[in-house]
Amino acid sequence: MNHLKQLEAESIHIIRETVAECKKPVMLYSIGKDSSVLLKLAEKAFYPGKIPFPLLHVDTGFKFKEMYDFRDYYTKKIGVELIVHKNTEEIAMNLDPREAHTDRYIYYKKTKPLVEALKTHEFDAAFGGARRDEEKARAKERIFSFRNKEGAWEPKNQRPELWELYNTRLEKGEHMRVFPLSNWTEADIWSYIKEEEIEIVPLYYAAKRKCLQRNGIYYMLNEFVQPEDNEKVEELMIRYRTLGCSPSTGAVLSKADTVDKVIEEVLTAKGSERELRVIDHGSESSMEDKKKEGYF
Amino acid sequence: MSKNPYQSDDIQLLRLSTAGSVDDGKSTLIGRLLHDCQAIYEDQFQAVQKASKKKGNGEIDLALLLDGLSAEREQGITIDVAYRYFSTPKRKFIIADSPGHEQYTRNMVTGASTANLALILVDARKGILTQSKRHLFIASLLGIPHILIAINKMDLVDYKEDKFEEIKKDFLKFSEKLDIKDLQFTPISALKGDMVVNRQENLTWYDGPTILSYLENVQTISDKNLIDFRFPIQYVMRPNQDFRGYAGKIASGTIKKGEPVMIIPSGVETKIKSLYWDEKEVDEVATPMSAIITLEDEIDASRGDMIVRTNNLPIASNDFEAMVCWFDTTSMKKDHRYILKQTTNSTSAFVTKLNYRININTLHREKEADTLELNEIGRLSIHTQHPIFFDTYKKNKQTGSFILIDEATNNTIAAGVIIDKGKKTSFIHGDKELTSQKGAALWLTGLSGSGKSTIANHLYKRLKERGLECEQLDGDVMREHLCQGLGFSKEDRDINLDRASFVAGLLSKHGILTLASFISPYESQRAKLRKNIPNFIEVFINTPLKICEERDVKGLYKKARAGEIKSFTGISDPYEAPENPELEIKTPETSIDKAVEIIINYLLDNGYLGNTNRMR
Repeated sequence: MNHLKQLEAESIHIIRETVAECKKPVMLYSIGKDSSVLLKLAEKAFYPGKIPFPLLHVDTGFKFKEMYDFRDYYTKKIGVELIVHKNTEEIAMNLDPREAHTDRYIYYKKTKPLVEALKTHEFDAAFGGARRDEEKARAKERIFSFRNKEGAWEPKNQRPELWELYNTRLEKGEHMRVFPLSNWTEADIWSYIKEEEIEIVPLYYAAKRKCLQRNGIYYMLNEFVQPEDNEKVEELMIRYRTLGCSPSTGAVLSKADTVDKVIEEVLTAKGSERELRVIDHGSESSMEDKKKEGYF
Repeated sequence: MSKNPYQSDDIQLLRLSTAGSVDDGKSTLIGRLLHDCQAIYEDQFQAVQKASKKKGNGEIDLALLLDGLSAEREQGITIDVAYRYFSTPKRKFIIADSPGHEQYTRNMVTGASTANLALILVDARKGILTQSKRHLFIASLLGIPHILIAINKMDLVDYKEDKFEEIKKDFLKFSEKLDIKDLQFTPISALKGDMVVNRQENLTWYDGPTILSYLENVQTISDKNLIDFRFPIQYVMRPNQDFRGYAGKIASGTIKKGEPVMIIPSGVETKIKSLYWDEKEVDEVATPMSAIITLEDEIDASRGDMIVRTNNLPIASNDFEAMVCWFDTTSMKKDHRYILKQTTNSTSAFVTKLNYRININTLHREKEADTLELNEIGRLSIHTQHPIFFDTYKKNKQTGSFILIDEATNNTIAAGVIIDKGKKTSFIHGDKELTSQKGAALWLTGLSGSGKSTIANHLYKRLKERGLECEQLDGDVMREHLCQGLGFSKEDRDINLDRASFVAGLLSKHGILTLASFISPYESQRAKLRKNIPNFIEVFINTPLKICEERDVKGLYKKARAGEIKSFTGISDPYEAPENPELEIKTPETSIDKAVEIIINYLLDNGYLGNTNRMR
């Protein structure tokens, strides 16, 4: 068995363990490439049956159109239940796309509705596609990551994980975040997408797209990103390494229009994949702080 | 990042755990490995540069790459196990990096539980410390096959060879008391980069590999158990009325469609109807796959039950002995109810006895101890409310390990490895009659240098690990004890073989498994052996003459070619290949591990090993 099949076996074990031990699991679905891999693993885990839990998409309303299209197409194709949850409070609805990188935006558009949705539906386990190689705070998180009644992560009070034995016990109101892709790297994800011919949002592949440059970062033109004074619109070959909210996710100049070319590019990249996610760079410990509040 | 390791289909995954005392420079070493392997991205490196400036120390502090939590950066310490990933064209590495202070043992045990290799850091100025001893002990307890000791900060002892040798000697002395398979030493300076990825010029007296070169090239001893099929049922799948599938990760061994199996604890016997893996039906599945099994008969099996081969059962018992590491600030309480999780099984468990606590510094067994506190390790007798199905950890890591959970706080408060069955073990295997081993003589025949003794040596170790009675016979043993004075003439060689035949016959008759390695080149000789020895099993080690001659371990082929040895098998005397051996093993295409597996499976299938495990 090659290393990807080993990682696959581990991830499937984690997904099944969650379903066997938790009362009501849900899979957080962000429509990104990691979500696509996670969904494929869930399909495999329960073949020849269907996935026995719903997907939850916490929608900020500012995702790329291509992402919404893909979400609706793919979930229908495999016949899985999809729950879309949006924070409809006035304070959240009034947030402008230009604020998409701020802590306030993350809190009201992502963290708060996520914790809310988990509570409303009484989900006690939520799968996420986070990987430990993405970020320093993630590197220290468990596969079964315990959250208290407020949905918060306590980095100093984590349960040790040994062998393949996971402690999934919870009190009412507490929940688990489960990360089956913990041991995968970006290169593993892409190699697996290739090997398993997994469908992903087309924005991951390079194409000629209309975009503008803002603070040194390329943004694709769409309903949320429109040129302001002095901003020049160009048509360039670009693609995305990660997909988030369209006003806060930058594209890279790239000629990689096939999965092989993407793998080649990923392996020779000089910057990390979250480099262009503006939300990570608020302060030096921004991811850790957000996680403590309940962010993924 | 470095070159594409994904081009080859089968790149290996090496999991290593690192540990070091507070200032051994472990984070610096890993930072150096990642940095020099180009596994660090520019934006991550810039963040470290920024933070180094903030801390005000002149050099770029590579340790900052690893300290992920803000409390860690503020205090300059590492709190939790962190996982790191990097690849080279040869391998993909997962590093479990354990901090060396607070919660020390707990984190080390956690990181070590899945590791193939332990990397232990030592400060060259300080030499072997209490914590180094702890690392070694834990690595041996958890059965990590390879241990690499990196003697760091060589720059601060002027790169002196005698300093390195002195520390190495201390480690070797301490490790004598432990069960360690492979122990290596490398002098390094993580700060200056000596012998980590690049050799550089300061340690010219050292001619061993650099850290990275060792990690890339170490021949990993397989710690996978491919023999004993154990399938803990994880989840029952009923997508429709006609399908009842048992999902789980194969803990060890392999199984094929149609094979007879038993479900424990019910003891019901049935056959494998179909196997699913990777979204398709397959004929065979093996560890470590996550698979689905369907059975011929409608059986009511559920999570926590185990599917095994009828002729190879684990121990099923409410009582066992284990080495346990305590993780919690509340101390261990005797006769208190805990929750035990082992494979997919959860049950109430009680500590009935603390046999002793280990003093990790001296390895002394403290029998007077009456509890275990945080980070302490001891041997416990444990009783469970429901029986669990296990093997010893030494034989099977997946079925021999468990955790204890405190039902009041839901914390994981201890982890343990099973070392023995309990005194009042009750076997629960339905009505299945339990059988023990039978005597047999495994007669390994083949050319000189074909690998007979090597295979026999490995086989002997594996059989012993399973608690079986066995003995080895070969030319050297015979000539040392029973045939002193005999030469190498045809007559003398015949007498030698007759005596070996007699001893093997006696042992086999009295229930011992005998591994006999003799060239025994003639069909007539072997026919005679078969007639005289009860349960004679002919194993033909089939290795081409050309390869045996290339190996020429004892230089005999050279002498035979030069005419110094007369009538040498394969050169000046014929080897009559067996026509119908019970087993034929072709080397070198069959690895030693695989050869051992084939032989043990043959013994199991033919009832020579009994259907359950004896314990020592």
